[in-house]
Amino acid sequence: MTYVITGSCIKDDSCIEVCPVDCIHPKPGAPDFETAEQLYIDPEVCIDCDACVHACPVDAIYAEFEVPEKFGYTVEVNAEFFAEKSTAERTAV
Amino acid sequence: MGAVPPRIAVVGAGPAGAFAAASVWRMRPDAQVDFFERLPTAWGLLRAGVAPDHQEIKRLDDTFDRETLRRGCRFFGNVEVGVDVSHADLMRHYTAVIYATGAQTDKSIGIPGEDLPGSWAATEFVAWYNGHPDYRGLEFDLSGRRAVVIGNGNVAADVTRILMRSPEELERTDVADHALEALRESRIEEVVVLGRRGPAQAAFTSAELRELGYIDGVDVQVDSAEAELDKVSHEWLAEEGTFTARRNVALVREYASGTGAGTGADAVSGAAQRRIVLRFLRSPAAIRGTGRVEAVDIRRNELVRTDDGALRARPAGDEVETIECGLVLRSVGYQAVPLPDVPFDERSYVLPNDRGRVLLPDGEPLAGVYAVGWIKRGPTGILGTNKRDAAETVRCLVDDLAAGRLPEPASVDGDGGIEAVLADRKPDLVTAEGWHAIDVLERERGSRDGRPRAKLTSREELLDAARAATVAG
Ligand SMILES: Cc1cc2nc3c(=O)[nH]c(=O)nc-3n(C[C@H](O)[C@H](O)[C@H](O)COP(=O)(O)OP(=O)(O)OC[C@H]3O[C@@H](n4cnc5c(N)ncnc54)[C@H](O)[C@@H]3O)c2cc1C
Ligand SMILES: NC(=O)c1ccc[n+]([C@@H]2O[C@H](COP(=O)([O-])OP(=O)(O)OC[C@H]3O[C@@H](n4cnc5c(N)ncnc54)[C@H](OP(=O)(O)O)[C@@H]3O)[C@@H](O)[C@H]2O)c1
Ligand code: SF4
Ligand code: SF4
Repeated sequence: MTYVITGSCIKDDSCIEVCPVDCIHPKPGAPDFETAEQLYIDPEVCIDCDACVHACPVDAIYAEFEVPEKFGYTVEVNAEFFAEKSTAERTAV
Repeated sequence: MGAVPPRIAVVGAGPAGAFAAASVWRMRPDAQVDFFERLPTAWGLLRAGVAPDHQEIKRLDDTFDRETLRRGCRFFGNVEVGVDVSHADLMRHYTAVIYATGAQTDKSIGIPGEDLPGSWAATEFVAWYNGHPDYRGLEFDLSGRRAVVIGNGNVAADVTRILMRSPEELERTDVADHALEALRESRIEEVVVLGRRGPAQAAFTSAELRELGYIDGVDVQVDSAEAELDKVSHEWLAEEGTFTARRNVALVREYASGTGAGTGADAVSGAAQRRIVLRFLRSPAAIRGTGRVEAVDIRRNELVRTDDGALRARPAGDEVETIECGLVLRSVGYQAVPLPDVPFDERSYVLPNDRGRVLLPDGEPLAGVYAVGWIKRGPTGILGTNKRDAAETVRCLVDDLAAGRLPEPASVDGDGGIEAVLADRKPDLVTAEGWHAIDVLERERGSRDGRPRAKLTSREELLDAARAATVAG
């Protein structure tokens, strides 16, 4: 399972601040942060702790099995974002 | 730190002002923060810009309320700075003034016929359907079969969606009542959206582009030749294309092949009565008509890479294509207006600033004056962008305070402070209490019809609702 971010994300970074495993990207300062239309959750790393859901001011985050139908495609989009560049690559210094 | 708590005026209670006030509270909890807002309502474009069918996003108002007004920020609504109170008044009563006035008008395209009746700025249409009191009297003629939207940004996507949504979908939103009634009678069957560059350069977010394909009974069409990328775009996409640009290019191809997001079923069954036609590499040359809009002439462009590496549209050939239509919405961007007695950059349409410190023509900071949001950066960026932007501005302000660079304001509490000025000049002042009363009333009115909110859309109604609360309280 994983959590996913939908297109209503306003990129206010509240979820990044609470995620215990640092699996929400891109982060401010990353080269693709400014051009990102939203943030994404790495399904390989997310531990389903639910913390980000409570932090999100616009309810943009859902558990994978609860994603509303109109946002169904976002499960794939979140995964694709990390298929292009993984969390490990993103957090390597 | 000075002995007297700093007083901060935030001019404009939009998202940037709200994030700035919250940021001040975090960094200087001792400060008194007051909003000055020209409308009786709070939250700027969150209320008057964000599309009514995007209610999830409007929930941000709860966070703004919790992090500002509920923490003691005062709201002075129905007060226009530069008209009701001057910059000098603010400087007299506050340690610092943060301008967060956004971009209040539209950018023009500069083509013949732009001002014909029936040709509108998307800015106006957006403010009208969102119930902004200054725009409620506008009358959009929706009796033609076709509308043309110029521009490929998210605002263009928003206005296209609102034109195409069914009344059944709209009546579940907080779209203004006058707009709902007009849209019910709309006879528009086709919206043509013009992008001057190609699918790879469109400014849509992929979420908004995809959503166009999910409107009930509406098909999205793209000519397959226009969906194909030219050589320059191919190279750009491979070398420096963004994740969003790759999604957009793929989506446009799906639309072109008839397998687009959500549209499949409608297209196959032929159920789609209405359509959105996305055109690329097309610029409007003129808007034509006798007395009102009847057509838009468009020309083909090609992309060229300029010396600075940017991809620009350049006219290709003389061929003119005419699209007949009854409505044109120009969605090519917002533009800020100058404020009296504050420096303004006439070329970039922002307050000249360094990380939020407003600068004088000689490049020196104007002590105690700051900018945040669209008036600081220009009219781009989503809501959260303003949060980081506000943190940058407020950090400068807090540093200036700590370094003793901000003199204490001239006014002392003995003269009644800004409250006395406002009591004298603004009998119709709307306080936080008044705005909360408007908010509660609108939500109540909406809940009767299963809507998130039914907006009050005239100043009189808004002021009445606010006044009732103050009298009752
Ligand atoms: C149509 C539209 C839809 C959008 N949808 C989204 C979306 O879905 N998601 C997203 O993340 N972002 C969206 N955005 C972007 C977002 O709205 C902006 O980033 C944000 O509103 C900019 O904030 P601001 O405070 O700088 O300006 P504004 O929101 O314009 O706020 C400025 C405030 O200042 C007030 N004001 C102006 N002049 C004066 C004066 N002289 N005295 C007192 N008050 C004054 C105005 O009344 C207004 O309340 C959208 C933008 C538009 C235009
Ligand atoms: N859902 C959301 O998140 C949402 C919704 C609405 C708005 N917003 C945000 O609000 C901001 C403002 O949106 P916006 O749509 O007003 O601005 P925008 O994103 O800057 O888009 C402006 C569009 O107009 C085009 N354009 C400019 N001048 C033109 C001309 N002379 N002729 C033809 N086309 C021209 C641009 O094309 P070029 O690229 O070729 O210049 C671009 O496609 C954006 O940051 C947007 O993301 C977000
Ligand atoms: S559910 Fe927990 S681990 Fe997963 S993204 Fe949210 S905060 Fe991070
Ligand atoms: S908290 Fe919500 S809106 Fe903010 S960045 Fe995270 S997902 Fe996006």
